[in-house]
Amino acid sequence: MDQTSTLEKVLRRVAISLVILFFMFPIFWIVLMSFQTNETILRVPPSIVFEPTLSNYVALITGRLETQAGTLEVNFMSNLWNSLFLSAGSVAVGLILGIPAAYAFGRIKFRGSEDIAFTLLSFRFAPPLLVLLPLTIYFQKIGLADTYFGLIWVYQLIVLPLILWIVRGYFEDIPADIEYAYRIAGHSWFSTFRKVALPLAMPGIAAAGLLAFIFAWNNFIFALVLASADKQPVTVGALAFVTASGIQYGQVAAGIVLSILPTLALALYAQRYLVEGLSLGAVKG
Amino acid sequence: MNGAVLRLENVDKFYGAVGHGVHAVRNVSMDVGKGDIIALLGSSGCGKTSTLRMIAGFEETSRGKIHLSGREVQTLPPVKRHVAMAFEGYSLYPTVNVRDNIAFALKAQRLPRSAVNAKVAEVAEMLEIGDILERMPNSLSGGQQQRASLARALIRDANLYLLDEPMGQLEPQLRTLLRGRLKHFIKERGMTAILVTHDQTEANALADRIAVMEDGVLQQFASPAELKERPANLFTGTFVGEPPMNVFPVSVASDDGRLVLRFDGGQSLAYPENAFAAEVRAALFARGQVVIGVRPYAVRRSGTGAPANVLTNQWLGDQSHVSASFAKGTIILVEHDRAHVAIGDRILIELSPADLHVFDPESGMAISHGRELA
Repeated sequence: MDQTSTLEKVLRRVAISLVILFFMFPIFWIVLMSFQTNETILRVPPSIVFEPTLSNYVALITGRLETQAGTLEVNFMSNLWNSLFLSAGSVAVGLILGIPAAYAFGRIKFRGSEDIAFTLLSFRFAPPLLVLLPLTIYFQKIGLADTYFGLIWVYQLIVLPLILWIVRGYFEDIPADIEYAYRIAGHSWFSTFRKVALPLAMPGIAAAGLLAFIFAWNNFIFALVLASADKQPVTVGALAFVTASGIQYGQVAAGIVLSILPTLALALYAQRYLVEGLSLGAVKG
Repeated sequence: MNGAVLRLENVDKFYGAVGHGVHAVRNVSMDVGKGDIIALLGSSGCGKTSTLRMIAGFEETSRGKIHLSGREVQTLPPVKRHVAMAFEGYSLYPTVNVRDNIAFALKAQRLPRSAVNAKVAEVAEMLEIGDILERMPNSLSGGQQQRASLARALIRDANLYLLDEPMGQLEPQLRTLLRGRLKHFIKERGMTAILVTHDQTEANALADRIAVMEDGVLQQFASPAELKERPANLFTGTFVGEPPMNVFPVSVASDDGRLVLRFDGGQSLAYPENAFAAEVRAALFARGQVVIGVRPYAVRRSGTGAPANVLTNQWLGDQSHVSASFAKGTIILVEHDRAHVAIGDRILIELSPADLHVFDPESGMAISHGRELA
């Protein structure tokens, strides 16, 4: 027998609907905006009835922005590509550096290990602007300013601590004896790391990678200061829509929709691994 | 190496800095011959598992040497020691089924599939897990996981088999059955095994020799019978045996040609002097104060003897356990017939000199067992 009454069920659905509405409305509104011109967006009172237009998307994809003051060049598509390259690159580097480090911090007791791990985490405490000023000067001196390499390096401040601390927790949750059982059966620690620890920590690695990707994708300040136009990601590139003749809300909205798509796709893809990891369950004996 | 598969030489384990950290294993030395089954017996935290893990190579050996099959191994990684181990926490690989867990090491050796299957079937039948081979570890009960883990260790071809609490999770009936089978399996193949346990029955049933540990110190390393009959010190005397040995401090006196043991509560037992062997008698008089120990099944009720008051009387179905207040303490008797005494009854107790274990009160070391000096 189901104990919940009909009234309770109805109330529950209403509550869930309200929550969904609250969180989804801004995104819904942006999607609507992206199919409107500035005139229909800015009319008072606002209305959800309008004649849809693809002009915003066309402008972004062709790179030609028509305003009342004339035609502007926008390189939104190359910004999107930059975002993708910078985020994927920094997550890849972060995983390559962070996973072995996380394993070491999680498994091996060595002098000062906690201090080092905490120092790495403390990079996240520093206000980025504080780091940026000296960094800009150094980068300009050694020629790293305005390079993908330099940007990916700086992005490690964001992604590395995140990956390190999340993945470390997952490694610590794997009972050490499972690895010992594998090692005593005739395997080196490296093959144990590869064949036992890595697969068991995969859900954690997927989660950390996804989160790090989103953090890197949303970063604004590092790229704003350290990159020039041709290396800038969408977060910085969106500034181009603030033009002399006003803010191009339609294009901004379309830009947001386009820039959500890659992270959304990645999240949907990684979700499979996250769920798989949960159903694998009994890592703890 | 005179045939020893394993030799520990003055092995120490410190957690933390050597000489400063927690001293978990203290100067342990022992030899294990080929085909022996050895039990490390002791309460939790006595250092038995640390010793096992040092042998396996999972814990660093702080001091001393470990020889395995003639090689010094204390600095080698586990992979080079050629030992198999069953873990207390089972530690099955969660991503593969029971069959693949058991066959894992064999597959790495590239044995043909038919040979692997035959070996798995044999060990699975022995441990009664033939019906769960295709299941995943997380769907198994603790007892099933434990047997799978044991099977994974036993199926391997190794110089030494380390079994950490191999039957702790099993039901009593199954445990008794598998104990016999396991011993037969190990002996038949001439395997050398060390098992860690806190269960005396398991140690007695399986092991040729038992290493009793306490406080990181190897207290005694002897056969089950010798541990019972000739405990080296008060600790092994009281630790081994169920119910535990009765111990009482006594003073030894001579009275009219008789040897008298006076207890704290004022009771005393008098014996003709020749009831004790001459050396034992001399040792008793030389000390004056000793601790005597007597096993519960060696305590007799009689018409004469020292008085005691019954505190409890339990019939366990095949034996009676009676406890009585005696000499400012409690004495326990085991009788194989139903003891018809009620709580509060006064009984008279006799202890035969042949059953007395005598210990030094300061060091706790054994002085004599029955008619022989220790």
